[in-house]
Amino acid sequence: MTVKHQMFEYAPAPESRAVVDLAPSYGLFIDGEFTEAADGRVFKSVSPSSEEVLAEVARAGEEDVDRAVRAARKAFTSWSALPGAERGKYLFRIARILQERSRELAVLESLDNGKPIRETRDVDLPLVAAHFFYYAGWADKLAHAGFGPEPRPLGVAGQVIPWNFPLLMLAWKIAPALAAGNTVVLKPAETTPLSALFFADVCRQAGLPHGVVNILTGYGDAGAALVAHEGVDKVAFTGSTEVGKAIARTVAGTGKRVTLELGGKAANIVFDDAPIDQAVEGIVNGIFFNQGHVCCAGSRLLVQESVQEELLDALKRRMSTLRVGDPLDKNTDIGAINSAEQLARITALAEAGEAEGAERWAPACDLPESGYWFAPTLFTGVTQAHRIAREEIFGPVLSVLTFRTPAEAVEKANNTPYGLSAGIWTEKGSRILSMANKLRAGVVWANTFNKFDPTSPFGGYKESGYGREGGRHGLEGYLK
Amino acid sequence: MKATEKSEQQGTRLSVFKTYKLYVGGKFPRSESGRVYEVTDSKSGAWLANAPLSSRKDARDAVVAARKAVAGWSGATAYNRGQVLYRVAEMLEGRREQFAREVAEAEGLSKARAAAVVDAAVDRWVWYAGWTDKITQVVGGANPVAGPFFNLSTPEPAGVVAVLAPQDSSFLGLVSVVAPVIATGNTAVVVASERAPLPALSLGEVLATSDVPGGVVNVLSGRTAEIALPLASHQDVNGIDLTGAAGELAVELETAAAENLKRVRRPSSEDWTADPGIGRLTAWLETKTVWHPIGV
Repeated sequence: MTVKHQMFEYAPAPESRAVVDLAPSYGLFIDGEFTEAADGRVFKSVSPSSEEVLAEVARAGEEDVDRAVRAARKAFTSWSALPGAERGKYLFRIARILQERSRELAVLESLDNGKPIRETRDVDLPLVAAHFFYYAGWADKLAHAGFGPEPRPLGVAGQVIPWNFPLLMLAWKIAPALAAGNTVVLKPAETTPLSALFFADVCRQAGLPHGVVNILTGYGDAGAALVAHEGVDKVAFTGSTEVGKAIARTVAGTGKRVTLELGGKAANIVFDDAPIDQAVEGIVNGIFFNQGHVCCAGSRLLVQESVQEELLDALKRRMSTLRVGDPLDKNTDIGAINSAEQLARITALAEAGEAEGAERWAPACDLPESGYWFAPTLFTGVTQAHRIAREEIFGPVLSVLTFRTPAEAVEKANNTPYGLSAGIWTEKGSRILSMANKLRAGVVWANTFNKFDPTSPFGGYKESGYGREGGRHGLEGYLK
Repeated sequence: MKATEKSEQQGTRLSVFKTYKLYVGGKFPRSESGRVYEVTDSKSGAWLANAPLSSRKDARDAVVAARKAVAGWSGATAYNRGQVLYRVAEMLEGRREQFAREVAEAEGLSKARAAAVVDAAVDRWVWYAGWTDKITQVVGGANPVAGPFFNLSTPEPAGVVAVLAPQDSSFLGLVSVVAPVIATGNTAVVVASERAPLPALSLGEVLATSDVPGGVVNVLSGRTAEIALPLASHQDVNGIDLTGAAGELAVELETAAAENLKRVRRPSSEDWTADPGIGRLTAWLETKTVWHPIGV
């Protein structure tokens, strides 16, 4: 069938950039001070929607990692000795300042990451503040968390985070670590360093003791040095499974504790009795939220054969109304791909999908001239052997497979080395619970998708990593 | 002096030796390699038996058996698993003398000390039998998310766990590492103490008569380093307990385990007589969180 292009014309409604005061250059945040890298190296952070250089940022090397770890070690003595209630109050302050500055930080994040302002404003920033608020309350209640009567912090946590939710991933890492009495050295991704540096300023405003939080901007070499540093007691990483495995090898035999939150290839399973319109919204949210730069994205749609046609028609209609463009425009649904490198990877995998025989479809969609863009895309006729059904694309690309029976759906859904998330769409309660039991995934969304909350543990089975972030479970990785 | 030798000297009758065999998939095969090695009394050095010298192929076969058993065992009710574990204790209770003798020979303990070790091992099965239907409430629960959603976290078994049993504590240590793995619904491939594998191989005989489904526990004897590496690098093993590995071997195995991100429990100093806590239960549990909207 042909899908009619029926987009309403909206006037642009851009969020103002004036709320963000960007300096031309930023240093590393070590021991409460912004400093240059020891070897003076810098790199540029670019806005992926315009390719404009936003700021120049210090590039950490081994010497800086060592300096930051020593600062964190020094701060650990007094920070861990502080009464839990006092540590908690610092975290509550941080949560409140984040709320106060959330507009500024949302705009900054959209500029540096390329994600729509509607998401940074309505999802990222509220969750960031909520995460700090949640773990603040744990700081003086650790003895009641179920990890023994006298749980102790581990020491210095080395934390490496990705570019897809820069500030939210920072919150997931730093909030539980600090609540448990650890100090941290955090390395944000090289394409999205800015919000972490603004967070350093939030720490300054909150009066957080020097050295408790240290931020090292830089590349993978700095992350590797941090993970390998002998002064680090705990490694927390969110990113690719490949790097996660390398980290697991690095820490083998060292006694360092590790939590890993890695890739995914989630099945989003739609049964024939599902309410089609709701399922379509869930599918769209599952794969196009945050440009598909989501480790738990519902990137494999498993649809029951009998409703395949009806569902795909409705899905294509809905995809035709998605607005791709300026991340700061409040009407935008899909923003920019985070980097040229990621765009190349998505493009290559989509081409592999075509080459392997799957059928590609995307709505007519005007993409901006500058910046990195990829139209929302779906592939039908996908088999389990296709690369687009096996590999994490980390972009707005949906692979559609079909099934006849619930058993076949389970078989196909679990046929992946990953096990991060899954979705189920059906009106039948007993079927939801049966499927939820059988799916090998750490998070199962039934008749919803991509929901997050600080109280809800998040993390994967199998090669999606180990450990959980969020909730009471999230404390375990920071206590002994 | 062994009881068998004594009766032989008294000229009453010639004793019947036991051929110690592996326990895999509910059956008692020899090593496919046809190899055996001598097991000796830890004090006198006297020959006790020939134990199977398992090969890498035996290890892979055991993983296949363990994987096959996952669906049934993890799908059994927690109450049922508890009863089966309790049944193991019941069966062991009736074989205390046999195990006391084997433990005494394996670990060089006095009769009385060996009997105490066996009693503690029986009690450990009882302890874990009681945990099967309680751990879910202790580590899982409802999460108060900020929105109209039902949100529940429950623990689930990781799957197949390779267990390198402690080298020194051939029975109490063995039970202490195996029971928590299966209590939570995982299945196990156990590598017995290299020097003292006989109590572990005899435990297989107990498990086979305790309603433990075949494949839930598989017991291998042989060189730990030889069998452990294929288990640590096996792509269909979900976790590995390195308790029975030391030093360089433990590092090598943890490195190999990174290839498919197995859950790893590193070796540490253990007091097998202490309260076990729940650390060995939670080591092999995944947390699954299910969301559903609330509405009319």
